Amino acid sequence: MIPEIGHFALVLALALGIMQGSVPFYGALRNDSLLMATAVPTAVAQFVFIAISFAALTMCYVGSDFSVVNVFENSHSLKPLIYKISGVWGNHEGSMLLWVLILALFGALVALFGGNLPITLRANVLAVQSWIAVAFMVFILATSNPFMRLAPAPGEGRDLNPLLQDPGLAIHPPLLYVGYVGLSISFSFAIAALIEGRIDAAWARWVRPWTLLAWIFLTLGISMGSYWAYYTLGWGGWWFWDPVENASFMPWLITTALLHSAVVMEKRNALKIWTILLAIMAFSLSLVGTFLVRSGVLTSVHAFATDPSRGVFILALLVLFIGGAFVLFAWRAPLLKQGGLFAPVSREGALVLNNLFLVTACMSVFVGTLYPLALEALTGEKISVGAPFFNATFGPLFLVLLLAVPFGPLLAWKRGDLPGVAQRLMAAAGVALAVMVGCYAVVQGGPVLAPLVVGIAVYVIIGAFTDLAERTGLFRMSPKAALARAAGLPRSAWGTMIAHLALGITLIGIVGETQFGTERIAEMKPGQSIEIGGYDIRFDGMATRPGPNYSDQIARFTVQRGGAVIGEIEPSKRTFPARSTTRTEAALMSRGFSQIYVSLGDPSPGGTIAVRAYHKPLVLLIWLGTIVMVLGGLLSLSDRRLRVGAPKPARSKPVMQPAE
Amino acid sequence: MTLWFVFALMTAAAIFAVLWPLSRRGSAVRSGSDLAVYRDQLDEIRRDRAAGLIGENEATAAQVEVSRRLIAAADAEAAVPRAAQPATMTWRHRTVAVAALVLLPVVAVGLYLAVGSPMLPGQPLASRAPDRQSIAHMVAQVEAHLAKNPNEGRGWEVVAPIYLRMGRFEDAVRARRNALELSGATAERHAGLGEALVAAANGVVTAEALGSFKAALALDPAHVQARFFLGLAAEQEGRLNEAVAMWRALLDGAPADAPWADFIRGELMRVAGGKGPSEDQVAAAANLPPEQRIAMIKGMVAQLAERLGKDGSDIEGWLRLVRSYMVLGERERARAAVGEARRALAAEPDKLRRIDELVKGFGLDG
Repeated sequence: MIPEIGHFALVLALALGIMQGSVPFYGALRNDSLLMATAVPTAVAQFVFIAISFAALTMCYVGSDFSVVNVFENSHSLKPLIYKISGVWGNHEGSMLLWVLILALFGALVALFGGNLPITLRANVLAVQSWIAVAFMVFILATSNPFMRLAPAPGEGRDLNPLLQDPGLAIHPPLLYVGYVGLSISFSFAIAALIEGRIDAAWARWVRPWTLLAWIFLTLGISMGSYWAYYTLGWGGWWFWDPVENASFMPWLITTALLHSAVVMEKRNALKIWTILLAIMAFSLSLVGTFLVRSGVLTSVHAFATDPSRGVFILALLVLFIGGAFVLFAWRAPLLKQGGLFAPVSREGALVLNNLFLVTACMSVFVGTLYPLALEALTGEKISVGAPFFNATFGPLFLVLLLAVPFGPLLAWKRGDLPGVAQRLMAAAGVALAVMVGCYAVVQGGPVLAPLVVGIAVYVIIGAFTDLAERTGLFRMSPKAALARAAGLPRSAWGTMIAHLALGITLIGIVGETQFGTERIAEMKPGQSIEIGGYDIRFDGMATRPGPNYSDQIARFTVQRGGAVIGEIEPSKRTFPARSTTRTEAALMSRGFSQIYVSLGDPSPGGTIAVRAYHKPLVLLIWLGTIVMVLGGLLSLSDRRLRVGAPKPARSKPVMQPAE
Repeated sequence: MTLWFVFALMTAAAIFAVLWPLSRRGSAVRSGSDLAVYRDQLDEIRRDRAAGLIGENEATAAQVEVSRRLIAAADAEAAVPRAAQPATMTWRHRTVAVAALVLLPVVAVGLYLAVGSPMLPGQPLASRAPDRQSIAHMVAQVEAHLAKNPNEGRGWEVVAPIYLRMGRFEDAVRARRNALELSGATAERHAGLGEALVAAANGVVTAEALGSFKAALALDPAHVQARFFLGLAAEQEGRLNEAVAMWRALLDGAPADAPWADFIRGELMRVAGGKGPSEDQVAAAANLPPEQRIAMIKGMVAQLAERLGKDGSDIEGWLRLVRSYMVLGERERARAAVGEARRALAAEPDKLRRIDELVKGFGLDG
């Protein structure tokens, strides 16, 4: 009964979605508030039904109901419970269901917390959101139905790919999906604004929290995915410019641009058409990301979803939504009134510059990702575009962008004082230069690029503090007054400063890992040691340890520094007999922000084993930086101004308004 | 019945979600407005000015700008009449209500009947204890056992012939290999591995399989199965006389009641070109005379070759093609197909390796 309830709930959500897509829209057209009001309960109900459906599928997985084809194909009664649950979205059908679940969740959130929106805007946003959900529910029911049944039920399921049996898989795709799908709200807002033909500064403020929320999850998802690849793939890389990674990175770049252009629109009523375009592009790229993964066009580590026939369906959906959005844009955008003027050197100008760089960087990733595919489709020739291309195109663009980052917040709106700002950044530049020289002296004759980038990172960090000092008047007033002003600063200002600071932190991690890291590959006998990054790693011997559905061949290593034992690490070869697959489990030891990373090659006769050891200085800063970035986003999200506009009497007692 | 009752409840809830707002005639529908945002921006400028975060001139300019927006927004709001709140239900609302009442259940139930399986109860593992007898389940149990004790040769030995019968040839090869490795070499185990390898190669005795049979014969020169496959290998390599000689020897040494003797006789007839009984049976089963059967097989192979010529990414297809040519005795074509496959899969080292393995298995390179 459970699987059929889930199936019916999904069908019902589809039927309800059609109502939600048409009735409020018609109401907005006829200015009928009752019809528009249906958007709210239907959006909530749609979410509830999809949640029932998802819960039913989860129950089938937990109870190992192999009469459901999807469960039979992707689960096994002997799997640990957590992987039974994560198995729900570890496959194509389940992950698509998760996709629409999150889509409906965002719809329901707008319905419940969108009380501050004009009713027509809310009705249109929810209608557009619902059409997206309807399209994907049709896709699920037609080509990837997770509730297909088998009679009689097979006795046992066919396991999940052991490479995917990992805690990382349990967390990283849902986070990434929340990010991807969250962008649908910005998209729906953009389409609704185009349909209404009216867009103003207030729109930017309404769309900002949703974009920010999606951005936060996208950042977390990408960062987690990168860490997952780092510790599971066993060769110490944390970013491969793999097409699937790029597919998540491109929406991130555009969303970052969108966040910045929405600020301009909110404050100055300018860049309206551009902001709408970015909102459409962000979601389009996230759809393309889904398409790239789902259609199996790509062959990469994420190759667990491959079926070209579905690709055609998704391609049709892409054409419908992206093409439709751009047609609507071409038709309606010229009707939008353009707002505030500004001089090239101004906060607005700086944000435009930021946008140009981010979009160009995104384009370079786009070309690098899709050009090989297009070439193969047209000529059949296979080429691969790897890290060198991206380092040569994306790298310089981003470094120049980083040089400009501290300028943005320091410039005034409308007309800025560039020499003045440059003067205020002198301190940051000076410290950066000193660090650069110091770094060069210490490294001596190493790559010239490394100290340069370290310098840029330091400059970005100190630039962020300069902004803070300027705003609080730290060096112009008494510390007490500065503190009071710091407390009075809007949270979004803090968010800006922290997110910019985080960029610098991540950059330091990247330079540390790529430029100062060391790597050694050695054949080791028990008792032998190798030296890496100032540590001695001694191989003590091999041992076997059984796990729940695998057995580990462990190699024991003792890590020493200057003769003193620091600890032990145990990388292993993990064998899953049910699939006769073996995977390498790397072992990591953190020392401050640096890590020692040891991974095993093949054992050879005579008791020796191939060992790959890396010393990765400051590598943890890469992910720490992204977490700080997310904190900045959260702070900005908590800014009270984002909630302003509720029809409640909010402004009668502004003093009493808590600033949480 | 319970199922349909639950469906009815859910449908009712869905309809209610549409009808509920329609029923709230007269009560004001709350609506936000951009006026609030602009008022807040004005407040913010005031606060910033008081805190000294913004200069006097800039504050005044910003205030003017926001006020202008505020006025424009207020004008726009006044121009559009506040959504009317009719006291009675209009035809528009009635249409929507009827649509919700009729279309929602019809669409949902109609779609569900098309895709769902309402008669099939859920079967979580806990409720399926009685039918634990199925072969699939037994295999799963053995697999589970082996997952915990992968070093138990007996388990692999038990499961290997079942795999073979289930058509899971790759698994059978693995199981045989493990059994051989863990329980020690016997003629039986070597021959078993050879048989699985032949099955996995679509009936072709590969070089590796041949090695296994030779190893079996080294331990037991009289091993029947191994001797038979050695003959088959000779036949597939075109040394028909040798094959016939080997099988004759096998028959000569056979006990009178050997169950496999008839099978060998059938094979002998086939090789000798005579209309052996087994051939007749096969032909009858396929309802085609042998020439046509071969023609049909050749036609299928040609189709496969054509498809791979257009899209060369299918590794399984290439492997099948090469094997088929070998079975048909068309060595040159097999070699040509290998060349094409290598070109088509040049960018994929994993797949190339499998082609190489096959080539090595057939000894096609030299």
